[in-house]
Amino acid sequence: MRREGSPWEGLGSVTAKELADHLSSARMIVIGLLMTILGCAAVGVAIYAVRQTTAEDPFVLLKLFTASRAPLPSLVGVLSFLVPLMAIGLAFDAINGEHNRRTMSRILSQPIYRDALLAGKFVAGLATLGVNLLCLWLLVVGLGIIFLGVPPNAEEVARSLAFLVVTFAYAGTWLALALLLSILFRSAATAALVALGLWLFLTVIWPMVAPTIAAIVAPPDPRFELLGIPTPATFAWEESLSAISPNHLFIEAATSLLAPEVRAVGMDPLTQLSQLQGAVLGAPLPLSESLAVAWPQVVALVAGVIVLFVAGYVVFQRQEVRA
Amino acid sequence: MSTPVITARGLTKRYGKATVVDGIDFDVAKGEIFGLLGPNGAGKTTTILMMLGLTEVTAGDIRVLDHDPVRDPLGVKRRVGYLPDQVGFYDNLTAFDNLVYTSRLMGIPARDRTARIMEALERVRLADVAEKRVATFSRGMRQRLGLAEIVMKRAEIAILDEPTSGLDPQGTLEFIAMIEGLKHEGVTVLLSSHLLDQVQRVCDRVALFQTGHIVLMGSVAELARKVLGAGFVVEVEADAAADLDGRFSAIPGVSSVVRVGPDRYRLTADRDVRPEAARAVVAANGALRRLSVDDPSLEAIYTRFFQQQTQTGEGARNAA
Repeated sequence: MRREGSPWEGLGSVTAKELADHLSSARMIVIGLLMTILGCAAVGVAIYAVRQTTAEDPFVLLKLFTASRAPLPSLVGVLSFLVPLMAIGLAFDAINGEHNRRTMSRILSQPIYRDALLAGKFVAGLATLGVNLLCLWLLVVGLGIIFLGVPPNAEEVARSLAFLVVTFAYAGTWLALALLLSILFRSAATAALVALGLWLFLTVIWPMVAPTIAAIVAPPDPRFELLGIPTPATFAWEESLSAISPNHLFIEAATSLLAPEVRAVGMDPLTQLSQLQGAVLGAPLPLSESLAVAWPQVVALVAGVIVLFVAGYVVFQRQEVRA
Repeated sequence: MSTPVITARGLTKRYGKATVVDGIDFDVAKGEIFGLLGPNGAGKTTTILMMLGLTEVTAGDIRVLDHDPVRDPLGVKRRVGYLPDQVGFYDNLTAFDNLVYTSRLMGIPARDRTARIMEALERVRLADVAEKRVATFSRGMRQRLGLAEIVMKRAEIAILDEPTSGLDPQGTLEFIAMIEGLKHEGVTVLLSSHLLDQVQRVCDRVALFQTGHIVLMGSVAELARKVLGAGFVVEVEADAAADLDGRFSAIPGVSSVVRVGPDRYRLTADRDVRPEAARAVVAANGALRRLSVDDPSLEAIYTRFFQQQTQTGEGARNAA
């Protein structure tokens, strides 16, 4: 049976309202401050490192994103850590909040479909994250120009913009996950705790557990160990298992986009060797090639966004309006 | 009865094996106040949600204003206003801004918005707190704000789910007066409640729900006749030399006359027989001191009905 009327009716109104809520909320101010401080700190460190080490680097601007200096991580590292927190902060109470405020049935009794409510909240969350990330990007590039005194070239801008898009997809994955949890759990606190638990698990624990599991499933071959390179089968397992974590995908994609000399990510050593055949070591790849290297990771992130959102959509459509 | 605006036939809702609403039929006429009555969990809210297309219909048919809520919920929701049980608002927004949001969802054009919102807030006497955050509102004010939303929508049907539960007596009276105001404008009102007193006060017809069935439906007087036997109890206090009992018994419609005091009589009748009773007293050259009628109370009907049911239930068990 087909339903009548457009699922998009009311989408604009919901998005505008949610966006206004996000932008004026205390959460947003905290997130913004945190991003600014950590962004500035990471860039400061990077500028310091760049001034000390690189004399002739065609991609000085990109070093701002990747250069790190213990104990501070690079900007990519900071983002891989902070972006999930931001996304969870924006969406963990999106749907259950409406239930708990008892506004859900009142809003859904207006001439809109549930689709509009869910999609509106998601789009507003994405827009908020997008605004934050764009500001951070402008901040970094601006600071870079001021303190390094080198105007960025076209490829640097293109690469850093591609990195921005990847970060956006990464943020979208976590936003969709938090949204899904806000549908599954009626209590906002439970949803937030589960989201944070998953975040800790995927960013901290999983990278330690994945190699162990890989070594159990496909035990390393001593002959490869003698050669000092990982066993291809073990490595393949390790890589596939790690790829469950969006964090891992993000770092890989970011690395290949921001470090033009990176020729392969997530490939077993033998394939890597074949990639190195005839290559001038340390020579940068053209942008199109770097994009090709990062492509699987980007696709996986976008697919994650879609799968999580659709899962949330299906559950939400079947959910009872009444608390 | 004019054309029905809501028609339900064999409407059924099941959650797994539990049947919450079990094949109910009813019609609601245009412009009437229809009461959905019954204990909590009897299926009132589920019925309402099915009317709005907010929950799926397991079986049966429902039409609201000639729309099918299953296929065309937007068509229904454009013309029907709903005030949920314990309505909530966005506490961080003002009353006005809360209505701005819903007015946009309703598709009210931007140029009419402010006028219609203020008019609605005026109607429910919240205009002076329009710019206050809803967080500061009392329960009664929230309910009135919910009603303002329906007024703003210019809904043809207003569905109110337990609108007065948790209000103080003053607030309840005010709210009921506002519901009557809606009726005067030609709005059909569906009122769900478990508070019998207020339902009786405003409803033209009621449907009594019990475990997913409508066990009784009709006006309060009709129900009284059906359940209590007779609808009206008239008390007469008069002294007269002549025999009044005989004269009262002769009035058509009177089923029994009981002498409850020296000069007091209690007449049970199927209609209001006060004029005839007065005439009878005057005809007997008596002095009429008091003439009163006990309105059949919904509470009496309700209590009696469930008593009868338990008795028949026990009877059936004993027989078995």
